[in-house]
Amino acid sequence: MAQLTEVRFHGRGGQGAKTAGYILAVAAAEEGWRINAFPEYGAERRGAPMKSYVRISDEPIRLRSSVKSPDVVGVLDDTLLATENVTDGMGEGAVLVVNTDQSADEIRAQLGNPNVKVFVVNATQVAMDTIGRPIPNTPMLGAMAKATDIAGVEALKHAVDQRLGGKLSQAAIEANYAALERAYEEVTS
Amino acid sequence: MGKEIALEGNEAVAEAMRQINPDVVAAYPITPSTEIVQAFAQFVADGKVDTNFVAVESEHSAMSACLAAAVAGGRVMNATSANGLALMWEILYIVSSLRQPVILTLVNRALSGNINIHCDHSDGMGARDTGWVQLYAEDVQEAYDNLIQAVAIGEREEVRLPVMSCLDGFLLSHSYELLEVETDEAVREWVRPYQAINPMLDIDNPQTFGPLDLYDYYFEHKRSQMEAYPPAKEAIVAEGKRFGEVFGREYGLLEEFMTDDADLIVIAMGSTCGTLRDVVAGLREQGVKAGMLKLRAFRPFPAEEIAGALAGASAIAVLDRAASFGAHAGPLYHEVTSALYTFGEQIPTNNYIYGLGGREILPEDLQSVFTDLTQVAEDGQPVEPVGFLGLRE
Repeated sequence: MAQLTEVRFHGRGGQGAKTAGYILAVAAAEEGWRINAFPEYGAERRGAPMKSYVRISDEPIRLRSSVKSPDVVGVLDDTLLATENVTDGMGEGAVLVVNTDQSADEIRAQLGNPNVKVFVVNATQVAMDTIGRPIPNTPMLGAMAKATDIAGVEALKHAVDQRLGGKLSQAAIEANYAALERAYEEVTS
Repeated sequence: MGKEIALEGNEAVAEAMRQINPDVVAAYPITPSTEIVQAFAQFVADGKVDTNFVAVESEHSAMSACLAAAVAGGRVMNATSANGLALMWEILYIVSSLRQPVILTLVNRALSGNINIHCDHSDGMGARDTGWVQLYAEDVQEAYDNLIQAVAIGEREEVRLPVMSCLDGFLLSHSYELLEVETDEAVREWVRPYQAINPMLDIDNPQTFGPLDLYDYYFEHKRSQMEAYPPAKEAIVAEGKRFGEVFGREYGLLEEFMTDDADLIVIAMGSTCGTLRDVVAGLREQGVKAGMLKLRAFRPFPAEEIAGALAGASAIAVLDRAASFGAHAGPLYHEVTSALYTFGEQIPTNNYIYGLGGREILPEDLQSVFTDLTQVAEDGQPVEPVGFLGLRE
């Protein structure tokens, strides 16, 4: 039986949920896994709720449909908790990581699903302090590195470099590294 | 040796284009193929290709510029989707009639209306009679590989036809996957330098292109154009084999997956074949004699090969990711059942229309098709002529 880990990100257009999925996939690939990542768009507009998915397996991934029973969910914007069922399909022990300034207990109280493990990190603040822009995706990945065993911080750094290296300045890449590391330290459950 | 890297589908297509290094690209970007043109324009700006990039004001102009550049003697490429392809319509026919091996990546998307940017095959199916060769990819690796092969297939002397390399919008164009990317040198060597036949710019040997051609000779010219498609079919097989010999991934007109002893066979094109493989493998574990026939080449249509691959099945389902309005079933169903009839196979065949405008196709949907087929095999006749998957009714 293939080992399969399924991840779902909830975000808003412009927050980098798609890129978060790609970076996570590259990091997992670096650790030897087969990967597939893809976004679920509405009309590709900034601020609209969107989802992205990652599958990680020890065998080639052929399935093309969206992730229905995620092992890990990352929420890039806590205002989505009020409008999206972010724990949909999550089983016992699945991991939820939320970008928020609220505590894990406060988040837990808002969820319909009591069986998930909740982690929180103020990824937007981390992004503002390190990158200087409110793009929470890389700090979220740092938090997920602590909350799950999908990919470590070093693999994520390499993935950031591979995915964004051609697009961002070296200073911006370093700022993303710092965001990853700080969120890894600051995430709580 | 190539290198395994992770790329988005559109990036992989642009990468193949960069490696092929065409003489001319004329394009007008449209979702979900925009990133192909964007990435390629960046390669041009960065001096990574020698291509003359023509930014045009519409898809009609894009294909017109491609036609002109091809007639002049260049290797020419382009990319579009749905409404963009529709706007090229007039010129699509002229490119194939003038036997110009223009290469177009078609990122499949639903045609309006209402406006929808997501995947179905209404664009490609609509272009089925335009005279273009059409290949459909199952995954990003195949999209990359198909584009490279498209060049060699279209440019063979006995073929000289334009080729559409199709991949499912978003499902593949925005899917991030590991794929083997070959070296620039290996790709360029494999596609070989392009030698145009009778280029217009050969001013020592003046030619006429696209003249008035009325009832005196037009029919003969169309008849001679029809002669190009059997060789194109052979070229797809030959180049697929040559590709396999050099790069280790061999391709054909179709791929049979667990069909050898299969009672129940489902036929599909594009990314759905991936999910279908998982479903078929799962059913096999339960003892169901299920199989999949993946159609890679829709044009030229491998009618005899399909009939041969389906011979011996008890029930068949054809999955259409497009509707043919006013017809009694979907476009692929018509072609497949016509092939069965022509080559003497009497097998009950269901048709399913699915996935219009990007509607998701789930493993459960595909499992339900095999459940239906079990009944069809028992009854010896289709459950109903046309079914729908994933539709709210």
